[in-house]
Amino acid sequence: MLLRLTGERLALGILTLLAVSVLIFAGTELLPGDVAQAILGQTATPAAVAAIREQLGLNQPAVLRYLHWLWGFLHGDLGRSLANGRPVAAQLDFRLLNTLFLASVAACVAVPLAVVLGILTAINRNGVFDRVVNMLSLSAVSVPDFFIGYVLILIFAVQLGWLPSLAAVTGSMSLGQRLVAVALPATTLILVVLAHMMRMTRAAIIGVMVQPFIETAFLKGLPRWRVVVQHALPNALAPIINVVAINLAYLIVGVIVTEVVFVYPGIGQLMVDAVSKRDVPVIQACGLIFGGTYVALNMIADLLAILVNPRLRVPR
Amino acid sequence: MDRWSALNSALASGRISRREFMTAAAALGVSASVATAAGSAAAAETPKQGGHLTVGLNGAGAGDSLDPATYTATFMQVAGLQIYDGLAETDEHNKVRPMLAESWEAKPGAKEWVFKLRRDVVFNNGKPLTAKDVVYTFNQQRQPSSKSPAKALLTSVVDVKATDTHEVTFTLSSGNADMPYVVADYHIGIGPEGTNFKDAVGTGPYTLVNFQPGVRMQTKRNPHYWRTDRGFVDTIETLAINDDTARMSALLSGSADLINRVDPKSVALLKRSPRVQIFEIAGAAHYTFPMRCDVAPFTDNNVRMGMKWATDRETMVRNVLLGHGRVGNDQPIPSFDQFYAADIPQRTFDPDKAKFYFKKASFTGPVTLSVSDGAFNGAVDAAEILAAGAAKAGITVNVNRTPADGYWDNVWMKAAWCASYWDGRPTADQMFSIVYKSDAPWNESFWKDPAFDKLLLAARSELDEAKRRQMYHDMQAMVTDNSGEIIPMFNHTIDAGSSRVRGFVQRPILQLGGYRAPSMVWLSS
Repeated sequence: MLLRLTGERLALGILTLLAVSVLIFAGTELLPGDVAQAILGQTATPAAVAAIREQLGLNQPAVLRYLHWLWGFLHGDLGRSLANGRPVAAQLDFRLLNTLFLASVAACVAVPLAVVLGILTAINRNGVFDRVVNMLSLSAVSVPDFFIGYVLILIFAVQLGWLPSLAAVTGSMSLGQRLVAVALPATTLILVVLAHMMRMTRAAIIGVMVQPFIETAFLKGLPRWRVVVQHALPNALAPIINVVAINLAYLIVGVIVTEVVFVYPGIGQLMVDAVSKRDVPVIQACGLIFGGTYVALNMIADLLAILVNPRLRVPR
Repeated sequence: MDRWSALNSALASGRISRREFMTAAAALGVSASVATAAGSAAAAETPKQGGHLTVGLNGAGAGDSLDPATYTATFMQVAGLQIYDGLAETDEHNKVRPMLAESWEAKPGAKEWVFKLRRDVVFNNGKPLTAKDVVYTFNQQRQPSSKSPAKALLTSVVDVKATDTHEVTFTLSSGNADMPYVVADYHIGIGPEGTNFKDAVGTGPYTLVNFQPGVRMQTKRNPHYWRTDRGFVDTIETLAINDDTARMSALLSGSADLINRVDPKSVALLKRSPRVQIFEIAGAAHYTFPMRCDVAPFTDNNVRMGMKWATDRETMVRNVLLGHGRVGNDQPIPSFDQFYAADIPQRTFDPDKAKFYFKKASFTGPVTLSVSDGAFNGAVDAAEILAAGAAKAGITVNVNRTPADGYWDNVWMKAAWCASYWDGRPTADQMFSIVYKSDAPWNESFWKDPAFDKLLLAARSELDEAKRRQMYHDMQAMVTDNSGEIIPMFNHTIDAGSSRVRGFVQRPILQLGGYRAPSMVWLSS
């Protein structure tokens, strides 16, 4: 049954991605201007613009260009960037790895921290600890992420000089050096995603704690931590998994502002550059990666939610 | 002889007093403290070899290429010129100096120019530089499919040929007395015959180690470089930092040694840090508000004149540039240019005169001014100041804020009245040819004056200095009184560096020492 479900979701996922690619292509076409003018900027003369357009085949109708791109994509060829002629895959791979690295670092800290804090605040509901943690995490979420980034840079990079203000990672860095370089942007991201996951965990656990079987567990004499971790948490996992999946997707897809503030060479920056240059192959590739991320993470979340609930594992 | 050296020799021979010299020097835009500080500091220290320099720049994109013909923004302009040299360059006094060409001369009429090349130059792949390489490079720039901005400067070149192993002759269709300035354009980086200019084979002081477009470029010193007074640091890392605040924090926290384009608002902040020094110069860069002469109401010169008189230039320099600039007089030639017409009276903010011109044109407004901070930093504020001034003259100016994205595609040279900027050019001829000639590709005010065009072409080939001066004087008067350009201010070029950087000499045109600072500076310990 699981297999059939996975198959269904995969097929839907592929359809979703196809729709995403069409929407992105259409959206980019609707934007005024094109690659030729974007490349040349103030130096654009009609002759130069025409020369570039001719060279890049931009005079062909939109549908034809989309099908060309789709054909290439299905053969594993992501095409060449219109702005600089280099293969899209070559530009993407190191940036994608950078983005995944930053997202992993932030997630490795944020997810356990959020779940633990969520459990602790759920147990000590309405206590001092609960109120303080909630207030701090909500403040962190209410403040824009670039502001958090700038404040962290001001304190840790400029005043104290402990950490670099530029998260400039290169291929030749060791893991330790990389971790130091991404420390500040990762901290920014952790502060941004913490509240959502923590509060959802807290709500889910509170929702389970009022069930009769929890009362039974207490009456049986089990210690508090065992009741929460072994009995309440497994039942509360489904919503927690969903919110973690959404935030993981955000960490990969939505961090363009943090990338700009810390000058981190990730995929968000590439997509924004590509949009302002109307560089369609790169935009399509980035868009599909983002779409694929959401599809994959949602699929995994759904499957996990079924797996952790024994009642759903067995067909009726 | 240009104005600066003329002044110097006049002082030396006692024809003018020291007081007159200082006044004239100030008028040239060379601030006394900058001149003396730079001069004495540079003279006192001897360059030190070694070290690693980190340069943080904006203007980077994932679409950047190593080909000098494509350098349109700062990152590649500074990074690429570490690798490529040109035949000549313009120095801090705006004089053209030999580089790969060691000397040049014009045949009478300035229609034929002979450039003699240095014989000791070797490309970083080992191949010696010959005239054939120069001819190949220029022909690549000139051909119809070329996208190089230098192509517009080379339209009068009929033929380029190698007349000897180290001699190149240019034949022009009409004379150009400023040909050395043309070949000094930074887009014309010399590469070996047959290259596609993307393989980083050049004659420059540094060679390419690694290049990730839109992210960074790493270069290392070229040990066979033909100059001993350039290329002191061992390795340079040029980082792309498009965000202004990130660039400044990088300098303040020590992650970058040199940055470009410091916003005037941040200069005071940076000056507070003892680890930072500011490199500022009153250059040729200026901001404009072009009014389209082919669109009503600006077809009537009275309306254009009214708007020029309604422009509160002093307030703009004070509030938008925060004093880091000077007022402009609606013409683009800077005060240090050898042909600057100092006797043209400076226009001031005079609402009554503006009213007079608007009445003469029977113009009551309203009119729309389309701006965005994508034109230049503070453009919207400057537009508001303009609107307030026009209001005092009885005309309503509606400031339309357009998005920065796509500004150069959709607003510039399309809207009836917008904002723009120019970095300036080393010669008046180039500046006028690129923006003010009737058929200039970037004639942003669509101003067509056949008398101006005739004068421009005549002045280009005129070798008699006095006659030339008179022609450029008349052209500047025409522009200031007739063209559609409101040029309210000349903004200073402001870059910054860490206190370890020595030997930085700022140039009046182009940022970061004519884009060549990384190869000119050394690091103190």
